[in-house]
Amino acid sequence: MFKLEARAQPSRLLMVGSPVIALLITVLVGSLLFVALGKNPVDGLRMFFYEPIKNVYSLTELTIKATPLVLIALGLAVCFRANLWNIGAEGQFVLGAICGGWVAMQATPDTGRWIVAAVLVAGMLGGMAWAGIVALLRDRFNASEILVSLMLVYVAEMLLSYLVYGPWKDPQGYNFPQTITFLDPARIPKIVSGFRMNIGVYIALAAVVAFTIFLSRTYAGFQLQVGGLAPAAARYAGFSSRRALWTGLLISGGMAGLAGALDAAGPQGQLTPFVPMGYGFAAIIVAFVGRLNPVGIVFSALLMSMFYIGGELAQSRLGLPKALTGVFQGLLLFCLLACDTFIHQRLRWVSK
Amino acid sequence: MSVFTPDSLALLLAATLNAGTVLGLAAMGLLINERSGVVNLGAEGLMLVAAIAGFATGVNTGSDTLAFLAGAAAGALLAAVFGVLVIWLNTNQYATGLALSLFGAGLSAFAGIRYTQEKLPERPNFAIPYLSDIPFVGPALFKQHPLVYLAIAFTAALAWFLYRSRAGLILRAVGESPESAHALGYPVRRIRLMAVMGGGALCGLAGAYLSVVYTPLWVEGMVAGKGWIALALTTFATWRPVRVLLGAYLFGGVTMLQFQLQGQGIQIPSQLLTMLPYLATIVVLVLISRNPTWIRVNMPASLGKPFHPGS
Repeated sequence: MFKLEARAQPSRLLMVGSPVIALLITVLVGSLLFVALGKNPVDGLRMFFYEPIKNVYSLTELTIKATPLVLIALGLAVCFRANLWNIGAEGQFVLGAICGGWVAMQATPDTGRWIVAAVLVAGMLGGMAWAGIVALLRDRFNASEILVSLMLVYVAEMLLSYLVYGPWKDPQGYNFPQTITFLDPARIPKIVSGFRMNIGVYIALAAVVAFTIFLSRTYAGFQLQVGGLAPAAARYAGFSSRRALWTGLLISGGMAGLAGALDAAGPQGQLTPFVPMGYGFAAIIVAFVGRLNPVGIVFSALLMSMFYIGGELAQSRLGLPKALTGVFQGLLLFCLLACDTFIHQRLRWVSK
Repeated sequence: MSVFTPDSLALLLAATLNAGTVLGLAAMGLLINERSGVVNLGAEGLMLVAAIAGFATGVNTGSDTLAFLAGAAAGALLAAVFGVLVIWLNTNQYATGLALSLFGAGLSAFAGIRYTQEKLPERPNFAIPYLSDIPFVGPALFKQHPLVYLAIAFTAALAWFLYRSRAGLILRAVGESPESAHALGYPVRRIRLMAVMGGGALCGLAGAYLSVVYTPLWVEGMVAGKGWIALALTTFATWRPVRVLLGAYLFGGVTMLQFQLQGQGIQIPSQLLTMLPYLATIVVLVLISRNPTWIRVNMPASLGKPFHPGS
């Protein structure tokens, strides 16, 4: 029978190769799925892996999805490295959209462009506050951050729904559950006219640099990661686990909130019940597939965005359900976790 | 005007039992799971896949029993995938469970597209003869689906199994100290896999009950956090079967209260009422977790930790 045994050295080849192998397995299973649905797998895979990157326009559309994913996943990477399981980024994203959206609604046609900064800061603070509840309850009462953060996702969605069906409903909106369309000064500036791509891309790239430095070059980042890898060693060194808890959650909440504000005042342009699009959950996959590494996260976010756009195209062009996106995303994480096992271990045939 | 008349109170009680059964079955499954030392954060995904599997089977065969079996089988099968990953490949239990939740949400939405407009065949109302004719008590307690009573019987059986049977003792030993169980010659990993699959089957049954009896409809994402609330319930109940079921009824009651209040025309926006079960979960979680020793004493000692035999 086969037996798993530890490798003397972790496999360097697999460390780089495992995400690639995981992707290949996902593609293979995906092809089988297309065949099972009676579609040509080449057509199906084209929607996911060629159409989203075939020209400049598609690429700019890709950034619309990748920007929030990168921002949220960067924050989550910090959390996960500190062994904090914030899985409610979706809720923090929604709060960011709500708070950013509220500021955006205050704009008048003569408001200066500075209001964009206020929108983003408000979004960040909203996300931080929502994650701060999680940190507070964990810190003061030892309540599981997994369950609290997740429960707060539902609360945030209901709060948004209450606002857009109630007090914030656009009076001229034919009774649709939506706020007014934000006025131009409050919209996130686009980079090139004619494309939806906006300055969120720059913010995301700057954040990648900042998080790389924070994680690998600062003492605070080091303390956080020691706390995650070896809690006993961190205690012995006198690193505060409480500070790690607050830092990790506030950073990830702030990033998710920023992403929410960017999305609300960017491509969406108003608040609707459809603001939560699952970015907060997809970003968990992005963070893991990107190895909790800022640069890796950029690539995995682009890949995940291809899944999003591929799912939309598969729906409009092949008449396949959009939910394919979620299937692909989940499969990828499953495969990756399984493949990663073989970095530190190998299979050997042992005769009984 | 009084908010509750005896009739509406009886209905509320009946609905509470019904809703509590969904949560109770799932939480009982997770309890078995966690007693073996494995946390399955994929409960939400398991329940979703089982809900559509059960609903589709119900629509196509017209049989509740087959629908429940399909749900339980789907739950056990997905849980087995999770189990092999975390037990043999030692993947991180949290991350793998999350992957299962996300995958299950996608898969169920994907598989369920064709069933969003479908309806299940009408089923006769259940009523226990004579008992259901008692005023108030009858409509409150004795007009439930048989699974509601089975869940109660199962709770008693599970309590007996855990504390009075040899197999239950072994299961608890595996959860408390896999090393000791291994040294005594018990196949720790196989026992854990069985616990995970058994837990998955119960979560699956809960999912199928939700879509086949409780709603009965298929709606994308219809589990709506019940898998997560069930996870929280195992902690609230300090991993004890009877407390799990009581907790499940309590939460079922909170869920139902919101509909009752809405029905009474009370001027609270429906969204704020819908928040209630989630907020209640947080509040109870805070109250229970406040005392760390209470949790630590009751929690299976190896919960969430991987086990490598021979190392």
